[in-house]
Amino acid sequence: MNALSHPHWRLLVAALACFAAAFALASATGLARSVPELLRGIGVTATVMFGGSAVAIVVAPVAALCKLYGGSAIRWLAIGYIETFRGTSALVQLFWLFFVLPHFGITLEPLTVAIAALGLNIGAYGAEVVRGAVLAVPRGQWEAASALNMTQSQTLRRVVLPQAWVLMIPAWGNLLIELLKATSLVSLITLADLTFKAQQINQNTLQTVEVFSIVLLVYLGLSLLITLGMRQLERRASFGLARGPGT
Amino acid sequence: MSESFWDWAYVWQVLPELVDASVVTVKATVSGFALALIIGLAFAIARMIGPGWLRQTTIGIVEVIRSTPLLIQLFLLYYVMPEFGLTLDAMTAGVLALGLHYGAYCSEVYRAGLEGVPKGQWEAAVALNLPPWVTMKRIILPQAIPPAVPALGNYLVALFKETPLLSVIAVLELMQTAKLLGSESFRYIEPITLVGLFFLFFSLVAAALVRALERRLGRGSGRVAR
Repeated sequence: MNALSHPHWRLLVAALACFAAAFALASATGLARSVPELLRGIGVTATVMFGGSAVAIVVAPVAALCKLYGGSAIRWLAIGYIETFRGTSALVQLFWLFFVLPHFGITLEPLTVAIAALGLNIGAYGAEVVRGAVLAVPRGQWEAASALNMTQSQTLRRVVLPQAWVLMIPAWGNLLIELLKATSLVSLITLADLTFKAQQINQNTLQTVEVFSIVLLVYLGLSLLITLGMRQLERRASFGLARGPGT
Repeated sequence: MSESFWDWAYVWQVLPELVDASVVTVKATVSGFALALIIGLAFAIARMIGPGWLRQTTIGIVEVIRSTPLLIQLFLLYYVMPEFGLTLDAMTAGVLALGLHYGAYCSEVYRAGLEGVPKGQWEAAVALNLPPWVTMKRIILPQAIPPAVPALGNYLVALFKETPLLSVIAVLELMQTAKLLGSESFRYIEPITLVGLFFLFFSLVAAALVRALERRLGRGSGRVAR
């Protein structure tokens, strides 16, 4: 298959163009020496991004299913978690885990705090996405499954979730971009991510416009890559479902 | 672990300062959101009825703003503007960054509202020989904005929760004050928890208000916000 015939190739081209422009800008403005530093920063950003999304993707369905089908104690626990993390700032959560947990005698690495805080934050938003998608699966599916004598958990696992999964992918794409943007906050708890490196290079070189423009381009490229990945996933997930434009 | 886990005396001692700081947070929220509403509308209109080049530029700007971190935008505005001879104080830079960032989000909300106005309304306005500007102001916007209000309200809550970011450019809002108090006394648990509770309380109240508004608007005219 010709790569350029793929519907999402434009996104890939745009992302690569962002990275190329960032690199060109760095070389043109004498910041080429800082490129390895920036790459190391991107590494940390990517680590937090992957760790955080892993946490969010595990936590969100659990919280959503507890809120939907749990007994009253479990349900209130899930609601408490979701509302607390949706109702306060990501930065406050980050600082809270970073500064307050040591008072309980728990001292975590900044990286662990970052992944936990951002993962739980996005997971709370994700829980509402999962809940919405599960509720959007038509009632008839439940009724048919019950007519087939399936238990509640069988129905969820085999009938409802596979259909809900497709519905929630676009919303997850937005959440993952929110997560990418939120990773810039970890620079404030001493993690040397892309934003942290940008500040450092800015202080050393005083080339403020150039440094922050480069970093802006890198973030833009990264979020284009996320959009690309999610579109691919959506395409694959909707195979065989009689929905949308069909592929 | 420190002597006591939660010190009420310390809470009463720091509370007045946090209350003062919350005024700054509220000011930043209100002015940032007012700016976002205006910028968002400008973006949405430029994207809808502007000439081709303006449309493309607006789409590009909105995408860039929406997919890059607010923190970087904040640094750019605060550190870069002086190089162009425009020195902003921290609060102004912060409000500007919040307004721009959420303006980009709001423009998408307005756009959905504008696109929800039936095509016949535009055609009728053309038939009545109304100039485009008047059509926008008198016919389209009054129909497009009410259904967009609940979504705009959600962004007000989101913007409110992003104001702690202004602490990084030393605006003395809640988060910065809490950190300063913490570093003076080496007790972070009370100030930061209080800040968290403050945000939680106001977000829950705001979310309830938005929901009430949504229900009311939904009842008002038959065809909006199911």
